Amino acid sequence: MTTLLDIRGLTKSYGPITAVDNVSFSVDQGEVLGFIGPNGSGKSTTMKIVTGFLAPTMGAVEVGGQDVTRYPLEIKRRIGYLPEGAPLYGDMTPLSLLKFVCKVRRLSDEQTKYGIDYAVEKLHIANVLYQPIETLSKGYKRRVGLAQAIVHEPELLILDEPTDGLDPNQKHEVRELLKEMSGKKAVIISTHILEEVEAVCSRAIVIAKGRVVADDDPLSLQSRSRLHNAVGIRIPAGQAQACIDVLNDVEGVQQVRRSAETTATVELLAVAGHGNEILGNVRNAMEEKGVTVEEIFVERGRLEDVFRDLTYAVEGLQQDPDFNPETPNA
Amino acid sequence: MLNIWIVTRRELSAYFTSPLAYVFIVIFLSLAGGLTFFFGQWLERGQADLQVFFIYHPYLYLFLIPAVGMRLWAEERKSGTIEFLLTLPVTTGQIVIGKFFAAWVFAGIALVLTFPMWVTVNMLGQPDNGVILAAYIGSWLMAGGFLSLSACVSALTKNQVIAFVLASALCFVFMMSGVEIIQSFFRAWTPQTFVESIAELSFLTNFSEVSQGVIDIRDLVFFLSVIGIALYVNAAIVEAKKGV
Repeated sequence: MTTLLDIRGLTKSYGPITAVDNVSFSVDQGEVLGFIGPNGSGKSTTMKIVTGFLAPTMGAVEVGGQDVTRYPLEIKRRIGYLPEGAPLYGDMTPLSLLKFVCKVRRLSDEQTKYGIDYAVEKLHIANVLYQPIETLSKGYKRRVGLAQAIVHEPELLILDEPTDGLDPNQKHEVRELLKEMSGKKAVIISTHILEEVEAVCSRAIVIAKGRVVADDDPLSLQSRSRLHNAVGIRIPAGQAQACIDVLNDVEGVQQVRRSAETTATVELLAVAGHGNEILGNVRNAMEEKGVTVEEIFVERGRLEDVFRDLTYAVEGLQQDPDFNPETPNA
Repeated sequence: MLNIWIVTRRELSAYFTSPLAYVFIVIFLSLAGGLTFFFGQWLERGQADLQVFFIYHPYLYLFLIPAVGMRLWAEERKSGTIEFLLTLPVTTGQIVIGKFFAAWVFAGIALVLTFPMWVTVNMLGQPDNGVILAAYIGSWLMAGGFLSLSACVSALTKNQVIAFVLASALCFVFMMSGVEIIQSFFRAWTPQTFVESIAELSFLTNFSEVSQGVIDIRDLVFFLSVIGIALYVNAAIVEAKKGV
């Protein structure tokens, strides 16, 4: 695997404010890196530095072994970039915009034709090619923005909130496209949508207040959740209290919560201490006490919890009481 | 060079896809014609030249050229497209020059469209067409000077109206710097040589010679240096304001 992007000690400050604080990571070919973090955490700034829009205050950024500040044009040729909000020239049509981008990127006529055909087909924008971009819906604008980023088949694709403003079907299509393209390229996407990280990313970096607070694959990140290996069970409403008492006595169970309720059934969640496996113990206890279990499942953990845990402290916010293990049992 | 041309073409087509181009051309032609006929009393003068036509150009440009230049950067910054543009493999300098050329070519097109004046004067008499050509070139150079200042100011703000007002004011200072009011303002507190050099910067003084058909190399150098320096500052402003 070749390393396409290598960032070492990257720092960017605006006067007294440090937007990006000593960030280091690298991305290999074939990786899809999810860049997640709260608003204002430095995701966009980092992307803007990699794409050569902003100059770093300190640190080095190399794309394919070339330094961004020394070879800005060479690197811009190798990168496809969708800036946040997909800003595009409203007076142009998607076709004229794509042609403009191909010209600036010095693609041959053949490459231009192939690239435009490919991007238009992949992003389903054939029916709006001749309409001014300013008259298009948000979803179409976003797809035109994506089209201009992939038209020259870049080695490194950087997308700042690519699915923001798309409907669920369009989101799905963009994710499929990202998966399909990831093979030969490295892709970096920033997002708030954590399901997206689970769906497409092979790796996730959590950034808060300009610092990297986690760098792992999505599954390992999930396992950091307090709910990792928690066991959920659905039982008839009448047996709820009895069942809670039973669960509280099961070895390894730290806490029992009521997670959902209907008139007929109650869903309980037995949280395991330190993410230990408790499924066997819970199942045995249920059988012993003769509780009618309608459904039983193991939680892999929620990325959202991990995200909150990782970023709340750094951001100086109060932890959500719901995720505090000292909360009294249900 | 190719990059500059690609940027110029895009910018030029942006002028013509918006109503701005047509409004500008119509207003410019009506005003240029109206001033020549009614204020300059062109026909009554009975002279086969276009002097009274060119004499009003500096005043027309004072507010029409900032209207052409105001969108160049302010619009890019407001809509965020500046990030898209500057992350393409083009240098800031190429974009600055490309955008300026587009606006300058556009001003040139408007100027060329005043050709009925030239046709008329040739039908009515035997003017010195060399003088007229020189005056056209001078007028276009002056438009370039105003435009480069407007582009520079446009890079300072996201607001096109502010860009327009500031550019008009700056153009006014450059145009009038040879005139007594501005001169006396500086004379009070600056050395004589400075006052004289400010007078040298006057668009009006430099243009009045050209408009009479005398293309002095100094006037050429003057306008081209104003353009060059303004574009250099323009690029520096764009670089400095990127992250803001």
